[in-house]
Amino acid sequence: MLLFAARRLMLAVLVALTVSVICFFLLHLSGDLAQALAGSSSSASDVEAVRKAYGLDRPIIVQYLGWASRVLTGDLGQSYFFKEPVAKLIAERLPVTMVLGVCALVFAVALALPLGVVAALRPNSWIDRTALTISVLGQALPSFWFALMLIIVFGLTLRWLPISGSGTWQHLVLPSIALGYYATPAIMRLTRAGMIEVLASDYIRTARAKGLRAPSVLFKHALRNAVIPVVALAAVQFGFMLGGSIVIETVFALHGIGYLAWESIARADFPIVQAIVLILASVYVVLTFLADILNAFLDPRLRVG
Amino acid sequence: MTAVLEVEGLRVDIAMAAGALHAVRGVDLALAPGETLGLVGETGCGKSLSALALMDLLPRRVRRSARRMVLDGEDLAAASPRRMEDLRGDRMAMIFQEPMTSLNPAYTIGNQLAEALMRHRAVGAAAARDRAVELLEKVGITAAGERLRQYPHQLSGGLRQRVMIAMALMCGPRLLICDEPTTALDVTIQAQILLLLKALQREFGMAMIFITHDLGVVARIADRIAVMYAGEVVELASAAELFAAPGHPYTRGLLRCLPVPGRDRGEPLGVIPGMVPNLAQEIAGCAFANRCDRAADACRAAPPPWAPGAHRARCILAPRAVA
Ligand SMILES: Nc1ncnc2c1ncn2[C@@H]1O[C@H](COP(=O)(O)OP(=O)(O)O)[C@@H](O)[C@H]1O
Ligand SMILES: [Mg+2]
Repeated sequence: MLLFAARRLMLAVLVALTVSVICFFLLHLSGDLAQALAGSSSSASDVEAVRKAYGLDRPIIVQYLGWASRVLTGDLGQSYFFKEPVAKLIAERLPVTMVLGVCALVFAVALALPLGVVAALRPNSWIDRTALTISVLGQALPSFWFALMLIIVFGLTLRWLPISGSGTWQHLVLPSIALGYYATPAIMRLTRAGMIEVLASDYIRTARAKGLRAPSVLFKHALRNAVIPVVALAAVQFGFMLGGSIVIETVFALHGIGYLAWESIARADFPIVQAIVLILASVYVVLTFLADILNAFLDPRLRVG
Repeated sequence: MTAVLEVEGLRVDIAMAAGALHAVRGVDLALAPGETLGLVGETGCGKSLSALALMDLLPRRVRRSARRMVLDGEDLAAASPRRMEDLRGDRMAMIFQEPMTSLNPAYTIGNQLAEALMRHRAVGAAAARDRAVELLEKVGITAAGERLRQYPHQLSGGLRQRVMIAMALMCGPRLLICDEPTTALDVTIQAQILLLLKALQREFGMAMIFITHDLGVVARIADRIAVMYAGEVVELASAAELFAAPGHPYTRGLLRCLPVPGRDRGEPLGVIPGMVPNLAQEIAGCAFANRCDRAADACRAAPPPWAPGAHRARCILAPRAVA
């Protein structure tokens, strides 16, 4: 088990490293950063001055190694726009995005898992079709549109919940639903397919042959096996949600890192963009790692080797 | 002594898009305490469905019905699904053909064994564990205490089937149904499992239904044999009588398919020509008539009556054949 965890951890670090390299090079190759920073109307000598001042004249490998070695000491650099440490700017906004992501994931799982189980119990019945419809709507609706509908119905018409800003838990309800609903179809379908397959398996027949009651057969014996692939999917979906939070944070005026990333791209605030990509990649990698560990806990066959 | 199990007119119907498939068409069975009944017949003749019907383990689209179905004085035909759950694993238990997939991969052997006892008896985890160790030892598994902590994937097929047997015996059932328990195993392990089942049956004094498509296997374990064909029992006799003087042409056909030590090496095994009738339709006469080399018009007209006596065959020619 320890060996398994260590291996997964090494793989995870490798992935984060790769992502940071790719992102760094892509950002540098996507255009002339010095030109963008100096402004499109500035003279060639100004651009050169900016290039020198920000160290953009050095070879790209040197730039990357410089950045990477500073990151390892915990220094994410200075924002070009805010003239403040990137770490501080991100630290202020990261909790908003994380809390939003976790709430959205909890909402998605809480909706999709029961729907998937119920649908699997009576495949092709009206219950199944209703569950499918509910979840497919989540995928068919564009997330900004769905978010706006939520705002109109629950914020403006019914006046149950605040529609923008942050501060109380009520502020998180609509954004979490808007973000999480998007992940329900995939989770629900995988749960349903997993449950249908597991319920037809020989060991479920064995469980019933022992005389076990339905809840024990369903939850102890079936669901435990059916959720194994769902765990990995949920981790991937969480990654998508962090990406999707750019839209949702904008619609609900939540100042998380999704919103910050969007602003910073527009301002060519390269250190911030690079740092956010690194952080999102790390979060994603950590999550996948945790999912692997949870899977090994759920499925003893994965624990060896 | 009263019978452990009495079944009359057991039918199993499968709901299909085109209508019902009558997979089991009126099976009668009776078992005395401690007796082993062999249920034989070609693949697809309804053996498994009959067994699953007794256990009330049929899939959703499949329905059972019976004129009479009594286990140890308890009317199974009238029992509610909840009552059937109480009986399953306690008074009647079943082991299956697929040892590799019949155990839950997510739980330890100990957990799955203990669960079988704790479901039906008010015992604690420690007592259930002790019982599990006792039974693992009885089914010939060494270092039973350590096995309890292992997962199914760490065990071979033969060991898993032994675990399944131990699990079935946790509550000391009155009836054990074995559905082709050795078919998926190596020949040497097959023989071990057969001996084990026989020994355990004697020790526990339980009745056993042993299902197989292999007459060679059933000869080694059964006291009486019921031969099934197309959803019906066509012959019922003690094992010795059945092999000595098969009364039904189908049984004779099966016996010709059996490799026996005396037979010449080069001589091909017999095969029964023809096809099993379509079970979606009602069959007017003898279900075997279309494959029988001695079939007469009378065979196709009406279902053949049982020949009288302890050795019974469902064939109009049987009385002559047996007498
Ligand atoms: N779930 C099912 N759906 C459709 N047909 C089935 C199902 N289970 C069994 N059957 C059919 O019922 C007949 C009897 O099956 P079974 O009892 O499993 O035979 P066996 O004697 O080999 O154990 C077979 O013809 C089989 O094709
Ligand atoms: Mg079968």
